Amino acid sequence: MLITVNGESREVEAGTTLAMLVLQLSGESGRDPRGIAIERNLEIVPKSEHATTVIEAGDRIEVVQFVGGG
Amino acid sequence: MTDSLTIAGKTYNSRLIVGTGKYASYQQNADAARAAGAEIVTVALRRVNLSNPNEERLTDFVKPDEFTYLPNTAGCYTADEAVRTLRLAREAGGWNLVKLEVLADQKTLYPNMPETLEAAKALIADGFEVMVYCSDDPVYAKMLEDAGCCAIMPLGSLIGSGLGIMNPVNIRLIVEQTRVPVIVDAGVGTASDAAFAMELGCDGVLMNTAIAAAKDPIRMANAMKHAVIAGRDAYLAGRMPKKMYADPSSPLAGLI
Repeated sequence: MLITVNGESREVEAGTTLAMLVLQLSGESGRDPRGIAIERNLEIVPKSEHATTVIEAGDRIEVVQFVGGG
Repeated sequence: MTDSLTIAGKTYNSRLIVGTGKYASYQQNADAARAAGAEIVTVALRRVNLSNPNEERLTDFVKPDEFTYLPNTAGCYTADEAVRTLRLAREAGGWNLVKLEVLADQKTLYPNMPETLEAAKALIADGFEVMVYCSDDPVYAKMLEDAGCCAIMPLGSLIGSGLGIMNPVNIRLIVEQTRVPVIVDAGVGTASDAAFAMELGCDGVLMNTAIAAAKDPIRMANAMKHAVIAGRDAYLAGRMPKKMYADPSSPLAGLI
């Protein structure tokens, strides 16, 4: 099914949770996903719910982190 | 002699807050922040780069256990955008202390004060401790303080301009009327600007480009550290009165 992640269309399997998506996004780096925040359809999903929140078709998801800034 | 800065109940020894933008690398950024003696660094919140998950991360160099992170809302032009950004920042980091800035236009990056005030009220109602970037207008500064902001941060001059303190009288008016820390945010270009801000009685200085865009950022960071300390000491010491004519420093008695 098709979702939008950070403004880009992305295909994910039905039943994918936010935690699984984060794992896919971290690629081969295997880096821990701490320090990110997720917004699903303009609502923040707390870290404690990443593993249990199942993505639905058409979801608009933002995954953000801290970067350098003034 | 202790002379510490307390913001939202937390005490800091350094009065210099530095940004983390525009550096050649995150490593240089971390080195500069240490050379500046900074305890607080501003950070931005942006989308994770999906095409390059292995890119360097700020948090691996400028570490949140070494520096207090001050998430900003740079790039936000409405109250709603700013509030949304800082809620995400709180979720990402778990901290309530934030730097609010709501900009008016890209050419000046001047703050949009009605939107800033609206965002400040919404954030404070939501439990945030808000350090607010604002114009050097004492009236709006007072409104932001009354709304509950924990630090008032007027611009010295435009963000990234390096023009120094363009309106010292307004900065001084804000200092005199404000009971929470006043921190000059934006416009500092070189060490004397930072010292001047502190001599006006400001509680601190926040800068990014002045250090990051110096030819030698680490050395400039060190210069800024000393400038802020010198300016603070000069303010506390109380400067001599200015006079129209000379006043000899050596005794007149006993002249041959």
